[in-house]
Amino acid sequence: MTARNFVFAGAALLLALGLGACGEREQVIVYKQGKYQGKPDTKPWENDSAANPYPGSRWSKGDKTSWESAVRTRNLAQNEYTRAE
Amino acid sequence: MARMKFLCDAERCIECNGCVTACKNENEVPWGVNRRRVVTINDGIVGAEKSISVACMHCSDAPCMAVCPVDCFYRTDEGVVLHDKDLCIGCGYCFYACPFGAPQFPQAGAFGLRGKMDKCTFCAGGPEKDLSQEEFSKYGSNRLAQGKLPACAEMCSTKALLGGDGDVIADIYRQRVLKRGKGSEVWGWGTAYGKPDQKAAPAGAKS
Repeated sequence: MTARNFVFAGAALLLALGLGACGEREQVIVYKQGKYQGKPDTKPWENDSAANPYPGSRWSKGDKTSWESAVRTRNLAQNEYTRAE
Repeated sequence: MARMKFLCDAERCIECNGCVTACKNENEVPWGVNRRRVVTINDGIVGAEKSISVACMHCSDAPCMAVCPVDCFYRTDEGVVLHDKDLCIGCGYCFYACPFGAPQFPQAGAFGLRGKMDKCTFCAGGPEKDLSQEEFSKYGSNRLAQGKLPACAEMCSTKALLGGDGDVIADIYRQRVLKRGKGSEVWGWGTAYGKPDQKAAPAGAKS
């Protein structure tokens, strides 16, 4: 290998190293199906409201829609204009 | 399901710190840690004093999640940003990233040892079994699992602090602004950074 080739190889290596930091990686954590970014956690609607002695709302265990409906009712209670009517 | 959000109405907040107290009581937050706090600007200046209750805003693209070196954060289906204290190393990087100063670090021992990060959970607990003692001792109350909303918002006496489904609380706030005819100006770019034709702040104003 000639000295010229060495220079070319060195320059290519420096260029690759120099540009190595220019890449942009995805910084937003990707959702993993069935888990919250890899952490296990129970969904709120999977709890049994009937087992709670002091439930805020009632919903059918495992039924996301009924839990959402129960929370929405609770949420709307924050509007005192409708409560006063 | 829309995303869970907080919204504080600066026209209504009376700086009673009831939300702070409710949070500390509900979650048995240790001394030195404030998951929620009330910030007041122009304190004591008649007509210019405004207060707002601040905690973790459960960002849709949370910077704390992006910078965490051990990837301890996760976002639930309801849009609540939570973290796993078993993974957290207490480095404090999330504190630098958070625009609201939400992450808190309990200090213990003679040398002020920094503990694992603690922050508002939107009263949604953590990765441990829902409503278990382990979950409560690490993260506090899990009110969402009981069909309730965060204690701070639900007990707010003037209903300045609204918490829940972003669409619903936005509707409540919109109706409120329409009824009283003002208030929406407390949000947005113009309020935060001023408008080109806006007069200077009142004399003696301070933050």
